[in-house]
Amino acid sequence: MSGRLPAGGRIDRTRPLRFTFDGRGYTGYAGDTLASALLANGVHLVGRSFKYHRPRGILSAGSEEPNALVEIDRGGGRREPNVRATMVPLVDGLVARSQNRWPSLRLDLASLAGLAAPLLPAGFYYKTFLGPGREAWHRRWEPLIRRMAGLGRAPDAPDPDRYANRYAHAEVLVIGAGPAGLDAAIAAAEQGGRVILCDEQAEMGGSLLADPAQWDRLAAMLATLRANPRVTLLPRTTAFHHGLQNFVSLAQVLDRPDGLRERLWQVRARRVVLATGAIERTIPFAGNDRPGVMLADAARTYAARYGVLPGRRVVASVAHDSGYDAAFTLQDAGETVAAILDLRADPARAAAAEARGITVLRGHGIVGTRGGLHVTGVRAAPLMEGGRPDPVRARDIACDLVLMAGGWTPTLHLLSQARGRLRWDEAADAFLPGDLPEGITCVGSCAGTEAGLPIRAIAAGAAPGAFIDHQNDVTAKDIALALREGFTSIEHVKRYTTNGMATDQGKTSNMLGLAVAAATLGRALPEVGLTTFRPPYTPVTFGTLAGRARGLDFEPIRRAPLHGWAEAQGAVFEPVGQWMRARYFPRAGEDMHAAVARECRAVRAAVGMLDASTLGKIEVTGPDAAEFLERTYVNAVHSLKPGRSRYALLLREDGFVFDDGIIARLAPDRFHVTTTTGGAARVLHMLEDYRQTEFPELRVWLTSTTEHWGVIALQGPRARDLLAPHVEGLDLSREAFPHMACGAARICGIPGLVFRASFTGELGFEVNVPAGHAPMVWERLWQDGQRLGVVAYGTEAMHVLRAEKGYVIVGQETDGTVTPDDLGYGWAIGKAKRDFVGKRSLARPDMQRTDRLQLVGLKPRDGRVPDEGAQLVVGEGPSQGHVTSAYDVAVLGLLRAGRSRMGETILATSLDGAPIPLEVVPPVFLDPKGERLHG
Amino acid sequence: MSQRFGLLSLAREALRGHRGWQPQWRSPERPRDAYDVVIVGGGGHGLATAYYLAKEHGLAGRVAVLEKGWIGGGNTGRNTTIIRSNYLFPESAALYDHAVKLWEGLSQDLDYNVMFSPRGVMMLAHNVHDVQSFRRHVHANRLDGVDNEWLTPAQAKAYCPPLDIDCARHPVLGAALQRRGGVARHDAVAWGYARAASALGVDIVQNCEVTGIDRDPATGAVTGLRTSKGAVRAGRIGVVAAGSTSLVMAMAGLRMPLESFPLQALVSEPVKPVFPCVVMSNTVHAYISQSDKGELVIGAGTDQYPSYSQAGGVQILTHTLEAICEMFPIFRRMRMLRSWGGIVDTTPDRSPIIGTTPVPGLFVNCGWGTGGFKATPGSGHVFAATIARGEPHPIAAPFSLERFTTGRLIDEAAAAAVAH
Amino acid sequence: MLLIRCPWCGDRAELEFRHCGEAHIVRPADPSAQSDAEWAEYLYLRENPRGWHRERWRHIHGCGRFFNALRHTGTDRFAATYRAEDPRPEIPE
Repeated sequence: MSGRLPAGGRIDRTRPLRFTFDGRGYTGYAGDTLASALLANGVHLVGRSFKYHRPRGILSAGSEEPNALVEIDRGGGRREPNVRATMVPLVDGLVARSQNRWPSLRLDLASLAGLAAPLLPAGFYYKTFLGPGREAWHRRWEPLIRRMAGLGRAPDAPDPDRYANRYAHAEVLVIGAGPAGLDAAIAAAEQGGRVILCDEQAEMGGSLLADPAQWDRLAAMLATLRANPRVTLLPRTTAFHHGLQNFVSLAQVLDRPDGLRERLWQVRARRVVLATGAIERTIPFAGNDRPGVMLADAARTYAARYGVLPGRRVVASVAHDSGYDAAFTLQDAGETVAAILDLRADPARAAAAEARGITVLRGHGIVGTRGGLHVTGVRAAPLMEGGRPDPVRARDIACDLVLMAGGWTPTLHLLSQARGRLRWDEAADAFLPGDLPEGITCVGSCAGTEAGLPIRAIAAGAAPGAFIDHQNDVTAKDIALALREGFTSIEHVKRYTTNGMATDQGKTSNMLGLAVAAATLGRALPEVGLTTFRPPYTPVTFGTLAGRARGLDFEPIRRAPLHGWAEAQGAVFEPVGQWMRARYFPRAGEDMHAAVARECRAVRAAVGMLDASTLGKIEVTGPDAAEFLERTYVNAVHSLKPGRSRYALLLREDGFVFDDGIIARLAPDRFHVTTTTGGAARVLHMLEDYRQTEFPELRVWLTSTTEHWGVIALQGPRARDLLAPHVEGLDLSREAFPHMACGAARICGIPGLVFRASFTGELGFEVNVPAGHAPMVWERLWQDGQRLGVVAYGTEAMHVLRAEKGYVIVGQETDGTVTPDDLGYGWAIGKAKRDFVGKRSLARPDMQRTDRLQLVGLKPRDGRVPDEGAQLVVGEGPSQGHVTSAYDVAVLGLLRAGRSRMGETILATSLDGAPIPLEVVPPVFLDPKGERLHG
Repeated sequence: MSQRFGLLSLAREALRGHRGWQPQWRSPERPRDAYDVVIVGGGGHGLATAYYLAKEHGLAGRVAVLEKGWIGGGNTGRNTTIIRSNYLFPESAALYDHAVKLWEGLSQDLDYNVMFSPRGVMMLAHNVHDVQSFRRHVHANRLDGVDNEWLTPAQAKAYCPPLDIDCARHPVLGAALQRRGGVARHDAVAWGYARAASALGVDIVQNCEVTGIDRDPATGAVTGLRTSKGAVRAGRIGVVAAGSTSLVMAMAGLRMPLESFPLQALVSEPVKPVFPCVVMSNTVHAYISQSDKGELVIGAGTDQYPSYSQAGGVQILTHTLEAICEMFPIFRRMRMLRSWGGIVDTTPDRSPIIGTTPVPGLFVNCGWGTGGFKATPGSGHVFAATIARGEPHPIAAPFSLERFTTGRLIDEAAAAAVAH
Repeated sequence: MLLIRCPWCGDRAELEFRHCGEAHIVRPADPSAQSDAEWAEYLYLRENPRGWHRERWRHIHGCGRFFNALRHTGTDRFAATYRAEDPRPEIPE
């Protein structure tokens, strides 16, 4: 049976489009939605409900659709569940399938659940599945419930499409392109500012689209707007999140052939005009969910906009005058209006209907609907006292379409999200805008519509089995049950019954559910309350929100100046914060262990080169620079002479180690301070905090120079031999340039800084040159170093070498609970200092305990190296600490009162074997006297 | 309990149209004049506290729970329901594992299906530091008798097939799995405790906002409180008000080491079972499971500023979904159905505060930050004991308010960079 | 996302800023003279009000300056932002 009218509608009959639904081929036209095309082909049964698997049809013509959810498959990972057929513009070759049924939509065995419905009232699962045994729920019942629940299938392959995003500012953002929104956009555009007008539909016009008499006016309005270069028109664009200060997020569907699917717009608007319209209410009669039962205005839209008759013989259940418009439109389009059943006793427009030859039954409602997979008739009856139709006086009226015109609910989700207040308006029989936040106005029917029969009166006549939430299968009696069981807050009712929690988020069910609750409790609607409107307005694809952040673009990658060289050498990298650092440089056949061992040997025997450019660097300048560092770092800084540097520790104000590095005094008023790689930004932030807010009187300035300097560390007994020939203007001899000396020089002809510093225990230098020159300097030193047996080493060898010397890594030996003394680094603290950041906290009782965890060396007694993170125990006892670093040559750990336990044997836990015995030793395994260091 | 739950009672009621069900808990319109103990806050923790006070400490009929809104309407009903106990420090592991053990029998204890589902919680390691940190957790947990195991990337993929272990920017290097961890039905926890507590004579008064705390001028001890529904005398008051704790404690003249932040979460549209477990990744900030209804339940982050608005910025949601799409690229075409915000009270060391206060008779249980749901039964259990005995339960003792003075913090966050 | 008025740069998106906690907490001039309890108060105790809150922000991805704001924690609306040297704005009615 074809529902397509021979003429009319806004579809393009010259462009037929082929599509399939559940494998059967159909034809529609450009301008159709999937829903209108299905109706045109006489397909009314399109889905199954969530809980009882009841047959469901198309209820609406918009985004409020709770029933007509389908799977759209564009192939190759483009399978998408739970798509509202009413919002899918038809395209050629569209593949759609019904969901949540087995084996087929017409014969769904799970609909047998409907037979058990008496056993499955709201919240039944809280009362059952309690046994047998404690795990019965998880093991036996939950898998069953999970299989029954859910709607469509999740995609099973990565989505190949792309998503974009854009930020925009607008003088006025108008949301909704119906008559009120179009007027508002035109008026705003005349003021001269930038205007954005968005609408969720593929075509702009809103209710005008269902009124052919208005089409010329609509075309003229759109032409006016298109002609204005300051106006941006965004169809298929849903404003889904309205944040503070008019920061509004829009999801725009693009479906471009190049694979660009959707775009997230984030708009900051001086003024937002909400022209979001209103959503028609259903009527709660028994069987109001059968395919063929439809919102009245939706039927009107299908007829007028799409040229589709959703039925041949219609009965309208009406509580609002707008139902007459729908009936008249259908009649004009050729449909037989069998009857209008008006719940009201004296409807104003009945006479007009009767003048058209339509039977109007005043004060009548529907006792029930007939039919299986499609409605075949209704049982109409006069209303009794209280509002329910009287089944005794019911009579059958045959029909294949039932309209529901329950009145209108203004769409104010966005206003609520933007923290505007809604107030109940008795005359309008709706929640209307109350306090409007600054910069928001509401126009058109979202600001209020004419009332029909009050919704509370409609709800009072609800049949117990009438569906309130069509998707989640919540009936009026479920709401009554929740109230009976003490769930009297509307939020409790919602959660207990799941009313309004389906994919339509209650657009057609929240108000009616509230009204049923109010009627049952005998209270006024606003006393029962209103559930919160939560973003998004309609569901938004994850991909739209994630945008371009995917793959390597998920997060920025920072590459050091010598990254390219390391890559060419076949280095294996590891992420450290956002940086990629070379971890080791394997040669053919080497695994990490072998490569690292070779790199370490070469450093100890000759010289190694490390790209240390990722270290944070802060230049601290000004007459009070020394005083500033004296107050922030634990070290004595005033006593540091220009040309010398010091190992530096920075604590948080709570006394725990925050970062470490080197403070080098380049001049009386100029310091070069290094930080850990991961700590650079947070250290600068912390120092700026003290500089600006605690010590504003100090004349000192901080500048991040992390990315200005490329840093090449040269470590090993031959380091000086390698470096010295390339340095001008600085005497690198042992006497003139001792450990921790620093100075300016030309390196390979490039002005830079040289530090005598070691993170390996070997003779070492750190060469700083402007980052752009670092590759050239590195290459020169590398070539020259071949004569000395130079190696490039990575972070892994660096870790081994420093552990052997007992140097800690902040973040490995420390974890935010470790003090300088815990590390045995009390020596770094300037003894004469009255104060520094964190000093007072170190005097707190717990910091003074003698049984704190302290850094020790650990020597494996049976050759096995423990895991990093292994717990240190004695016997079976509780944890006495843990292993922080573990290599063949050195194991470090934090051990309770560790420094007093030298020589003791303890055990490290093992995940796959016997505990590992370890001897407690001092944490320095190499050159405790520092002869190599000072070499 | 007047009506036992179960298939039999359900069938019996079905025969008479479910007209015989009683209110699940008594909901007196206003509180009585006096109670032995008043619990301020009708969330899961507060209701659990009242239940255990009545059940285990001889206070049946002498306890009230005052809730300013509707029970379970705060963070209990707004979280992502993750339950686990694989915390690093023994103090934390003891507290959370106490809770997990109670979760395991909670439905039977309460005669209410809270749908505890120990489907396993997997925490992903994406870099060397993560690996070190999570393996440290595994070692520490096993020593403390808490199950936790280390998985290779392939094992992680097998446990959670939608996971992309080779994601380009943050590949998975391994995972720590606690099989006893899982999820539960959050609302049911509040309702189940309320029903069981009510049956033991606990008065649960909703829409009853506390407006003041009365103290004896001489001793400073609490004597009662004032509410929007009249004054109530009580010698012991337990404040379990989560995000609003600072406000209630201020009524007793106490400032707290707390700041309250908006925390957001979201769910997708429901789909058939696709996600078998719970996955957490701290490095890319993704926390996800699938509810029994079929929705993907996704935890987002907190906004950076304190707020009581129960709403946060959209950038928190986009950031979260970037992470979800990166780790689970098949979910890119899933849709966000609903997002919401809660108010989480956080302490400087991100561990809770459970215990006595400088005000005699005033007890506090707060600071659960983003991770309080999982502790609900354990928190209520040890807090009830603390209130009943007037001194901290041994498991609660390390979580005292004094630790901020002594410096004996329990800094899980700093120790592992692990969000809860 | 909040729109925040940096006293130096004007209205900018929240992404450019970092919240830095309650304002007007002054570090004691002589911490060593503080008792443990006083020191804990400085370190940890916060007003955390529901209502007007004086707080610090830093325009970290902009001018880098710290400044203060008066914001309502129930509505997240700003009454004012101000520099450290400015007089404290009055709490609105």
